[in-house]
Amino acid sequence: MTTTNSEAVLPAQGIEAPRSGRIDPKYLRSNPSSGSFEMVAWVFMRVSGAALVVLIFVHLFSNLMVGEGIHQIDFAFVAGKWANPVWQFWDLTMLWLAMLHGTNGMRTIINDYAEKDSTRLWLKSILYLASTVIIILGTLVIFTFEPCLVDDAGNLMDYAPSFCENIVN
Amino acid sequence: MSTPTVEKEPASKVDLAESGDGAGAVQEFDITLKVRRYDPERAEDAWWDEWELTMFGTDRVLDALHRVKWDVDGTLTFRRSCAHGICGSDAMRINGRNRLACKTLLKDLDTSKPIVVEAIKGLPVEKDLIVDMEPFFQSYREIMPFMINNSPAPTAERVQSPEERQRFDDTTKCILCAACTSSCPVFWTDGQYFGPAAIVNAHRFIFDSRDDAGDMRLEILNDKEGVWRCRTTFNCTEACPRGIEVTKAIQEVKTAILTRSL
Ligand code: HEM
Repeated sequence: MTTTNSEAVLPAQGIEAPRSGRIDPKYLRSNPSSGSFEMVAWVFMRVSGAALVVLIFVHLFSNLMVGEGIHQIDFAFVAGKWANPVWQFWDLTMLWLAMLHGTNGMRTIINDYAEKDSTRLWLKSILYLASTVIIILGTLVIFTFEPCLVDDAGNLMDYAPSFCENIVN
Repeated sequence: MSTPTVEKEPASKVDLAESGDGAGAVQEFDITLKVRRYDPERAEDAWWDEWELTMFGTDRVLDALHRVKWDVDGTLTFRRSCAHGICGSDAMRINGRNRLACKTLLKDLDTSKPIVVEAIKGLPVEKDLIVDMEPFFQSYREIMPFMINNSPAPTAERVQSPEERQRFDDTTKCILCAACTSSCPVFWTDGQYFGPAAIVNAHRFIFDSRDDAGDMRLEILNDKEGVWRCRTTFNCTEACPRGIEVTKAIQEVKTAILTRSL
């Protein structure tokens, strides 16, 4: 005899699978993210990392190995480098890449270690604020740096590097 | 009546020593089993229990747990089903590493110190070594772990070359024991990360030439809680009892998402 009871079609109808729907809300992913920000950030970490290897080692080499080595580094040395547009561009790139790379790295660490959303928000706010200040300040210094400061009378300040005497006088 | 003939014993397939105690000679040693217990009906907090046991050289951590449960303390609670490394029920933290209790021989551990057994991390502990696996399976379901093919079903099987089959062979081995996902520090933080196991099982279909929904799975794993949260710490690869190269599989999914976007 065939059964006519439609409720018997599914043997387990009405019986839910064990634990179904009992998932701890902590584990539910709230809103699926659209866009590919995380992918771009991931690629950026690798590209900027590769660029930083070149930028940082040339920077270290030219500062510490060439010429008189570490003994040459003083106000005048830095001033001399920033008088050259190549080094201006070099240091600017290094600043921006290192800062964005470092900031994104810290963002990752905060995401990985902070357990509460409010902690995350706080830490990231401080991080972004600090990064913004440093990037703006650094960029300003590179472009507005004036090594040969003069007083009101037009005389060089005492601490001005020696090469300024050729320029000012 | 015929004279009984002395039948020669058939050659044994197992080489038994001529002398000695035979099977009785299996080495015996004492161990201390230290288990992190939790039972919300007994105490609010977890506590540690220790047992001194005499075990054999052929015994596994699972045998030690059985010895306690059957002979010493019946309240000790853990999952196991097949007990032979196939069902994936008894993943636990053994001396700080995620292992299947049924595949970890006691003799391979340092028996001079207590053998420390805890529930896997990152999932809610229900009792002793049992965790709620539902969040883990939820992520698994989200990556659609079944073949999706839009073309009409052929009369015979969907043909695949040995090379095409080889492409995803490694990730077919997963037994969903959660050893990898619960060894991942990123998963420990907040349980939002899809986790290695879900990605491995997505990989199994993304790289299957018969499947048509690879793009959908790549899109799902491009989420902010998807593959980009992987920090390549290799904990998952180290933990996998099936020897799946989990981190490599995750990397291959990352590359697939990247190449698709370019
Ligand atoms: C010398 C060249 C550098 C290379 C090749 C490099 C490479 C990388 C890569 C590939 C990552 C991503 C790791 C991951 O996703 O798991 C990373 C992360 C990070 N980087 Fe760099 N980086 C360099 C320099 C720097 C500098 C100068 C800073 C600081 C300003 C920095 C700070 C960080 C931080 C905080 C992280 C996050 C750590 C983590 O995810 O584990 N890096 N780096």
